[in-house]
Amino acid sequence: MSKISISNLDFYYGKTQALKEISLEIPENRVIAFIGPSGCGKSTFLRTLNRMNDTIPNTRVEGKILIDGQDINSPTTDVVALRRKVGMVFQKSNPFPKSIFDNVAYGININGIHKNKADLNERVEKALGDAALWDEVKDRLSSSAFGLSGGQQQRLCIARALAVEPEVVLMDEPASALDPIATQKIEELVVQLKKNYTIVIVTHNMQQAARVSDRTAFFMLGKLVEFNDTKKMFTSPDEKLTEDYITGRFG
Amino acid sequence: MEHRLIDHQINQIRDKLLLLGGATETAVNRAMQSLTKRDSDLAKRVLEEDKIINQMELEIDRLCVEIFVLQQPAAHDLRLVISVAKITPILERIADHATNIADAALKINDEPELKDYADLSLMATRASEMLQNALDAFTREDSAASREIIKLDDIIDASYKRVFNDLVKIMTENPSTTAVAAQLLFVAKHLERIGDYVKDICELTVYMKEAVFIKHSH
Repeated sequence: MSKISISNLDFYYGKTQALKEISLEIPENRVIAFIGPSGCGKSTFLRTLNRMNDTIPNTRVEGKILIDGQDINSPTTDVVALRRKVGMVFQKSNPFPKSIFDNVAYGININGIHKNKADLNERVEKALGDAALWDEVKDRLSSSAFGLSGGQQQRLCIARALAVEPEVVLMDEPASALDPIATQKIEELVVQLKKNYTIVIVTHNMQQAARVSDRTAFFMLGKLVEFNDTKKMFTSPDEKLTEDYITGRFG
Repeated sequence: MEHRLIDHQINQIRDKLLLLGGATETAVNRAMQSLTKRDSDLAKRVLEEDKIINQMELEIDRLCVEIFVLQQPAAHDLRLVISVAKITPILERIADHATNIADAALKINDEPELKDYADLSLMATRASEMLQNALDAFTREDSAASREIIKLDDIIDASYKRVFNDLVKIMTENPSTTAVAAQLLFVAKHLERIGDYVKDICELTVYMKEAVFIKHSH
């Protein structure tokens, strides 16, 4: 069974339809990349997967999104629990004005996940370790998160997302503001994380999609044009529109 | 359609590949002529001009690497650059076979003629036509034509077997002919190998067009 199953999804900003009849099966423990020109709906679609669009007024969603078989748009869905299960990392790193430790501990604290202080420490260390940041920050956990480099801040945000033990991690252009070395670290991390998480990543960088993902979805004008094995997508896509986009004929 | 940066470089490698193909065809034709017409000067010219072909190969290699690094091609662009990068050394090897034929001509042109070269000439004509048609099919991205050309290799293989048997018979009947006959056997083998290489070119045209590897499948 797919981890996430989307069928006939439509999404509206007011009267403007931003997503049109999207159907997609996202398998567990895989990296799925969303590509497409600006305004194609890929970020909107990503945000429907943990109902982040709920925070935008005058929006409407139709169709079904099932995660582990549960309809996430059902009135009985606990949105806080959903967002714990489906974490998110944004384009611009957004650490809290707190220490490195407190940034990671924040979600654990407010959700009351830990048993005691030792358990909290352990969970923070594990999250930082999973985000490949522990070795770089273990000696300065009480320092401000703002003292970290851009790449480290982004990995801190990933650690913060991982700390509440999500099953799915959504990443919206997580490396677009980073230098090549920091980008490479994020990409290596994404590939490592799929052992334990299902990752959905929006990227404008097609080489990045090719490097990190198992499957790629190409969106255009709110429609899903092609969803294919990444290797197939970048060597011989099925759709001419995909071919034209990935070879730079438009977009 | 808007002109892409990569288009210029792709056109460049395609053009250069066709020039290399033309030079290779000429080398094969001249090498055979140097044998059948006993023209040792022409044979030396083939050997001399192989250096130009080697340089052409290096130039296309360099351009392909540049495209991979600078343009990071995908989909059809990727398959085209891969095909050019793989066809280039194949053409260079065909030209090497031409120089080997020219070399054989230099060794036996002053010896008495052992047999008429009609069958070898026919093999060479077929191989040369196959090469020309394979390059035309590559230019047109015509995978159907490429598949047809692949089938013609069987005819060259059959010719090779006939020439081989004839030459072995000559050597058995008159052992003093062995030195010359052995050179002609090499010539036949070179022509047979050229047929194999043309087949490889056709397989790459099919890959470029259809994104399927048909090598080792027929």
